[in-house]
Amino acid sequence: MGKLLTGRNGILFMLGLSILFPLFFLDNRYVLYVMTTSFIFIIAIYGMNLLAGYTGQLSLAHAGFFAIGAYSVGILTTKAGMNFWLALVLAVIITCVIGFALGIIALRTREHFFAIYTLIVGYLIYLLIDKWDGLTGGVRGLIGIPIPNSIGPIEFNSAVSMYYLVLLFLVLSIFIGVRIVRSLTGRTYIAIRNSEELAQTLGINTRTNKLVSFVVSVAYAGLAGGLYASLTRFIGPEIAGIEMVFNFLVYLIVGGIGTLTGPIVGTMLFIWLTQFLQSFQEYRMLIFGPILVVIVIFYPTGLAGAFYSLKHKWLGNKEQKKEKISEIESMKKTSIQSREV
Amino acid sequence: MLKLTDITVRFGEFEALSSINLHVSEGELVVLLGANGAGKSTIFNTISGLNRLSDGKLEFAGKNVRGYSPDKMVKEGVVQCAEGKKLFADMSVQENLRMGGFVHRRKKAQLKQSLAEAYELFPILKEKKDDPAGSLSGGQQQMLAIGRALMAKPKLIMMDEPSMGLAPIIVEQMFSIIKEINRGGTTVLLAEQNADAALKIADRGYVVENGSIVLQGESTALFNNDEIRKAYIGA
Repeated sequence: MGKLLTGRNGILFMLGLSILFPLFFLDNRYVLYVMTTSFIFIIAIYGMNLLAGYTGQLSLAHAGFFAIGAYSVGILTTKAGMNFWLALVLAVIITCVIGFALGIIALRTREHFFAIYTLIVGYLIYLLIDKWDGLTGGVRGLIGIPIPNSIGPIEFNSAVSMYYLVLLFLVLSIFIGVRIVRSLTGRTYIAIRNSEELAQTLGINTRTNKLVSFVVSVAYAGLAGGLYASLTRFIGPEIAGIEMVFNFLVYLIVGGIGTLTGPIVGTMLFIWLTQFLQSFQEYRMLIFGPILVVIVIFYPTGLAGAFYSLKHKWLGNKEQKKEKISEIESMKKTSIQSREV
Repeated sequence: MLKLTDITVRFGEFEALSSINLHVSEGELVVLLGANGAGKSTIFNTISGLNRLSDGKLEFAGKNVRGYSPDKMVKEGVVQCAEGKKLFADMSVQENLRMGGFVHRRKKAQLKQSLAEAYELFPILKEKKDDPAGSLSGGQQQMLAIGRALMAKPKLIMMDEPSMGLAPIIVEQMFSIIKEINRGGTTVLLAEQNADAALKIADRGYVVENGSIVLQGESTALFNNDEIRKAYIGA
């Protein structure tokens, strides 16, 4: 069991499941739509995780950048009549440019000041979208965002096709995310998270690295936002709101901040819990609240972290005898060697 | 090689270092002696660029390096081996060493060789290369910290209390390794409270008290100095 759901097998299993998933729900547009939305959120949260979980900089402007991506696609397609694909590429670029400019200023602050500063930046983005009627449609929102243009024979006019399109982007996003985290760049980010001072004394330019990590993180948000605009075909200023960014944060923390599977687990769990608890309406917070508190207290690394520590415990019990013997042997060696040193 | 002229560091109103004059020549092993809070670490942090100096001149290899950022100093060849064995506890031993070679990340062959050298110097690290750094013993962590600093191929390595919190037998090994590193051609600046052991391997020494240098000289002279014997060696 432990081997079945981790490592390469686990990845293939999840991928297979997500590819086959629509076959069971061919007639159920609603289920596919919810799943597609959660995939989009996972992309955004992967970006948040890279910055907050690995580089250790908690940006609360993430929903703002998500909205910038969404509105870029929305405005470019509805007002400028641009092709969706071109608009999506431009949306990511626009988000990155704005992220770069804001990141230079934001990263002059540290720790909770950084969080507060980005919270304000996020709110300003929200206000800008909400009040700039002429460009964004203000509180009425942007209506009639087109579906992605067809590529050759492939059309995106059904829920299933949108599902697979977003799934493709999700897989690419995760792949790139994993590559970053497992590279020297990823270890550099982790070094900065552990101690900026220590990272500096190893010759790491922390300012540049934090800025790059920030821009990559908002690129994820921009891509997710662009996809979201085309999926829902209607966007309002609330996607830049504070509630949105705290949803992201909750999904990330419950799933496991600073883990590769955390964003997936957390988002899936909460999106589906929300769906099941629809009938409770506002009271569903009575269920979310305690879950969040329990997880933060007992599993600071979220469900993904809890899974790994339980797995270690389980495997540990099984191999305890073996390990104890080899440990004693290695201790013998150690003491001999350190004497030689 | 390294020259500090009249260096003063202030934190707000508080003057942490007052006109420090200090130099280290190429190939030397120089020790800074002093009690806790005397200013040894502040001197190190000032040289490595973590602290800003309020006044004075800082030169390395004939170049004015005042105001250089810490990562630029590492590229110049000045590497600090942090006090308290600061490691990346979650990363494996080998990953920690690799991080030490960050500035040479594009020279793959050189990194591979540095890694082999580090393992040669500390065989125990090779044995534990896949273990998380946090699981090592105090002495092994100190070895890893030194090994990591060496990965950057420093011209000058600064070690802050490498003997702190270690068992006496390990301390002895640690100092012989430091001497060995120095013999290999790396200039060493050492901060220590353990005057007895440090002066045995050092060429010269400075005594730091309350942010000033109160005494300096050849290590044999310092070793035989009555005040030092009373204050630091306890004999």
